[in-house]
Amino acid sequence: MAKLKYERPIINKINAGVTDKFGMTPGVPIIEKIDGVAVKELIKDYGSPVFVISEKTIRDTYKEAKLAFTTRYPKVQFAWSYKTNYLNSVCQVFHSEGSWAEVVSGFEYDKARENGISGNKIIFNGPHKSKEDLTKAIKNGSYIHIDHFDELYTIIELSQTMEERPKVAIRVNMDTGIYPRWDRFGFNYENGEAWNALKRIMISEKLDLVGLHTHIGTYIMTPDAYGVAAGKLASLAVELDRKYNHNIKYIDMGGGFASKNTLKGAYLPGKDTCPTFDQYADAIANALINSQINPQKMPTLFLETGRALIDDAGYILGSVLANKRLADGRRSMIIDLGVNMLFTSFWYEHEIYPAQNAGKIGEDTTIYGPLCMNIDVIRAAIKFPPMEKGEHIVLKRVGAYNVTQWMQFITLRPKVVMIDTEGKVHIIRENETNETITSLERVPKHLKLK
Amino acid sequence: MKINKNIAISESGFVFDAGTGDTFSLNETGREILTQLKEGKTEAEIKKNITDKYDVPPGIYEHNFHDFENILRKYNLLE
Amino acid sequence: MKPKYTIAVTGLNNTDNPGPGVPVIRALREAKSFDVRIIGLAYENLEPGIYMDNVSDKVYQIPYPSSGKDIVLERIKYINSKENINVLIPNFDAELFTFMKAEKELADMGIATFLPTVKQFEERHKSVLSEYGEKYGLDIPKSKAITSLSDINRLSEDFEYPVLVKGKFYDAYIAYNPMQVTGYFNKISAQWGVPIIIQEFVKGTEVNVVALGDGKGNTIGAVPMRKQYITDKGKAWGGITLNDEKLIKITHDLIAKTEWRGGMELEIIKTSDNKYYVIEINPRIPAWVYLAVGAGQNLPEALINLALNKKVEPFKTYDFGKMFIRYSYDMIGDISQFEQISIKGEI
Repeated sequence: MAKLKYERPIINKINAGVTDKFGMTPGVPIIEKIDGVAVKELIKDYGSPVFVISEKTIRDTYKEAKLAFTTRYPKVQFAWSYKTNYLNSVCQVFHSEGSWAEVVSGFEYDKARENGISGNKIIFNGPHKSKEDLTKAIKNGSYIHIDHFDELYTIIELSQTMEERPKVAIRVNMDTGIYPRWDRFGFNYENGEAWNALKRIMISEKLDLVGLHTHIGTYIMTPDAYGVAAGKLASLAVELDRKYNHNIKYIDMGGGFASKNTLKGAYLPGKDTCPTFDQYADAIANALINSQINPQKMPTLFLETGRALIDDAGYILGSVLANKRLADGRRSMIIDLGVNMLFTSFWYEHEIYPAQNAGKIGEDTTIYGPLCMNIDVIRAAIKFPPMEKGEHIVLKRVGAYNVTQWMQFITLRPKVVMIDTEGKVHIIRENETNETITSLERVPKHLKLK
Repeated sequence: MKINKNIAISESGFVFDAGTGDTFSLNETGREILTQLKEGKTEAEIKKNITDKYDVPPGIYEHNFHDFENILRKYNLLE
Repeated sequence: MKPKYTIAVTGLNNTDNPGPGVPVIRALREAKSFDVRIIGLAYENLEPGIYMDNVSDKVYQIPYPSSGKDIVLERIKYINSKENINVLIPNFDAELFTFMKAEKELADMGIATFLPTVKQFEERHKSVLSEYGEKYGLDIPKSKAITSLSDINRLSEDFEYPVLVKGKFYDAYIAYNPMQVTGYFNKISAQWGVPIIIQEFVKGTEVNVVALGDGKGNTIGAVPMRKQYITDKGKAWGGITLNDEKLIKITHDLIAKTEWRGGMELEIIKTSDNKYYVIEINPRIPAWVYLAVGAGQNLPEALINLALNKKVEPFKTYDFGKMFIRYSYDMIGDISQFEQISIKGEI
C-alpha cells in the first residue's frame, strides 16, 4: 500500500476570540512556476537565492497602464524611472515599449545614454546635478527639471557661454491633501515660489521653458491627489500663457502610484486597496481636460511611473535553511535571503509562498534571513505551513527598488535572471564573487602579509 | 512520556484541557500522535505506526516529534 | 403569503463594545414584509451571537478581511453553495471596503448587498472629513491625519489641547498633551494601522442619527438619539430618541447631496450655542439600531427591500421619548459548541 503524504505534527492553541482557520482555508497557495518555468529548475540552474524578472509581466503591465492613459488623454509619454530598477535589460524592455528615460544622477544619465537613448528622450530630475552633468544634458538637448534656485542660476550661467539653449522645466511641490507632504523637492506652489522661478526663467531669455513637473509622493493611495496636483500645474500653465503668451509642451506628473504590495501597518492587503491605473488616469486626465488650458494647445502628459510598472514582474526565490523554536515556543524559519537583498522588506509585508506542496495548516512563524544581524527579519509574524530544510520559497512583487537599493553586506549578491516572453531564461546580472568586491580594494604595502 | 489525564482529544482534532480550560487544535499527524500517547503507546511504537503509514524518513520524523514534544510540554499537556 | 429570504449578517459580537449584527437580526425577525432564515457570519469564536437562541439559524466562520478579498469570497462562495443567500449585510467598518469591492462578484453569486459606493465610503473617512464638510456644507471640527510619531510635536501649530486621537476604523481617546497622543498613537496604530486622526475637541452634547439612504438622494428613514449613559469605551448603554428637526434636516441634506446608499450613522456634537459639528460618519447601521425599530422605523427591513429592488416608502414619523437600556446576561454554553465553531468553522 502506498504511504500517505506526511505533514509534520502541529498543535495550535485556540485563543478565545481569534479563531483558528481549520476547515475553512482552501489550502495554502503555492507558487511552483513562474511564467511556466519551474522554481526548482531555476534554483538548480542559477543558485539560491535568485531574482527572477518576468518580461511578459513587464510588457503586460506597461500596456495596461498605457491603455488607461491613452484612452483618456490625447498625448501621453512614459519615461522609465531608472532608480526603480536600472538593470539594463529591464530598461531595454521599457524602452522597446516606447518609454523614455527618467534619471536622477549623472550615473543614471550615462546609463540611459549607454542604453542607446538619445539625449532628447531623457528627463533629468533630482536635487543633485553637477555642472558637468548639466553641461552634458544641455548639449544633448535633455529635459532638465530644476529643483532649486541654485541650480537655476547655474543653468543660466551655463547658458551664457553655450550654444545650445537649455530645455528646462521646474519641479513644483504642493498641498494635494495628502500626508506626508513632500516639500523638500522643487519649488512650492502655494507660497508663490514656483511662479517666481517660472518668471525668472521667462526673463532670462536664454532658457526654453518646456514643461512643468511634480512628484507628489510615494505609494499614493488616493488618485484624487493627482487630480489636485494636475489642476495646480495646469493653472501655472494657464498663467504662463496669459502673461507671456508662452505654451509649455508637457506636464509631467511624476510617479508615486501604489503597487499591490501591503505596507507595514496597513490593515487590508495592498492587492485589495491599490487603485487601478484607470483610477489614476481618470483623476489626472479629467483635471487637465477640465482646466483652463487652451484645448488647441494641450500639453503632452509625461508619466514617470516606476513601482507600479515593475513591482509585479519581480520575484525572489530562496531556500529554507533551518526551522527553529524561539524561547517562547514560537516557530521560526531561517531562509537564505535577507534584508540585504530585499530592502523593501523594511516597509512591506511581502507575500511569501512555498514553491511545493506544503501542509494545509499554518503555524505562527517568524521568517528570518540568514544574516548574523538582529534586524534581518523578512516577516515578523505570518501563518506559514511547515517546510523542511532545503525546500524552496518564493517572494512575490519585489521588482521595484530591490535590485537598486540592495546592499553588499555579509553575503554576496545573487544572480538576476529574466524569463523572456517565450519562456527562455537569461542571466541579466551575474552573481558577485569575492573578486568583485576585493578588486576595488587596495591594501597598503606595510599591511600585506609577507 | 505521559499525557496529562485531564486532556480530551476529539476526532476533529480538538483538544480540551479540563484542568486549565485551555483548548487546542491539531493537524492530522498531531492528532494521531497525541491520541496514541494518550493510549499509552511508547515513543517507539508511535514512531513505527507513523512511519509505516506516512511517507517520511525516520530521521525527519524524529526531529519533528521532539519539536512537537517540546510544544506539548510548553502547553503543559505532559505530566 | 410573505416571501422568505436567506440573509447573511456579520457583527455577532454582542459584547460590551457591541457590533450591530444581533440588533439587525432582531429587526429582521420582526419584519412585516418577509420571513427570514438568518445565516450568522462570525470572525471570532466567542461572538455571543453564535451561541444566542433565536438569533442565527446557522453560523459560519469567515476569514478576516485582512487576509484578502479573494480568500473571503472563497469562503462566502462555499457558504452560499449550502445556504443560497439572498442578501448579505456586513456590519463592521473594517470589512466594508472588502465587501464593496466584492459587490459585483457577490451579485454574480446571486447575493444582493446595499452598500455605499467606494467614493461615498472613501470621502467620509475621518482623515479627510474636513474636505468633506467643505464639500457638503457641514460644520466639522478641525482634523488632521498623521502617519508617524514625528508629526506629534508639530501638532501644537494647528491644535490646542485637548485633542481627540482616533483610529482609521475604530477607537477614540482624549489626549491632553503630546505624551498622551504618543501613547494613543502607539496603541491605535498597533491594531488598526495608520493614519491616526487628530481632531479638535469640541465641547457639547453628543447626539447620533441612524439613517438609511436609497442611493438616489432620498432618506428612507432617520432617527436621532442622545446617549444617556456611556461606557468607558464610549459606547451607549442607554439612549433616548429626540425630536430635533435640525438634526433630521442635516441628515436629509447630506443624504440628498451625496445620494447616500445604505445605512449610516452620524455622530454629531451639539454645542451650547446650538451649533452642530459632525465628528464622524459611519457608513453602516449602528449597534443601537433597534431603538429606531422600537420608535417605529424598521430600517434593516427597509434596507433588505431596497437591496432586493422592492419599492420602499420613506418613513414619515417616529416616536420620540423612546428609550433603550442595554443589559448583560450570562448564557450557558458547552465546550462542544466551542469545538464546533473552532474546528469545523460552522455551527
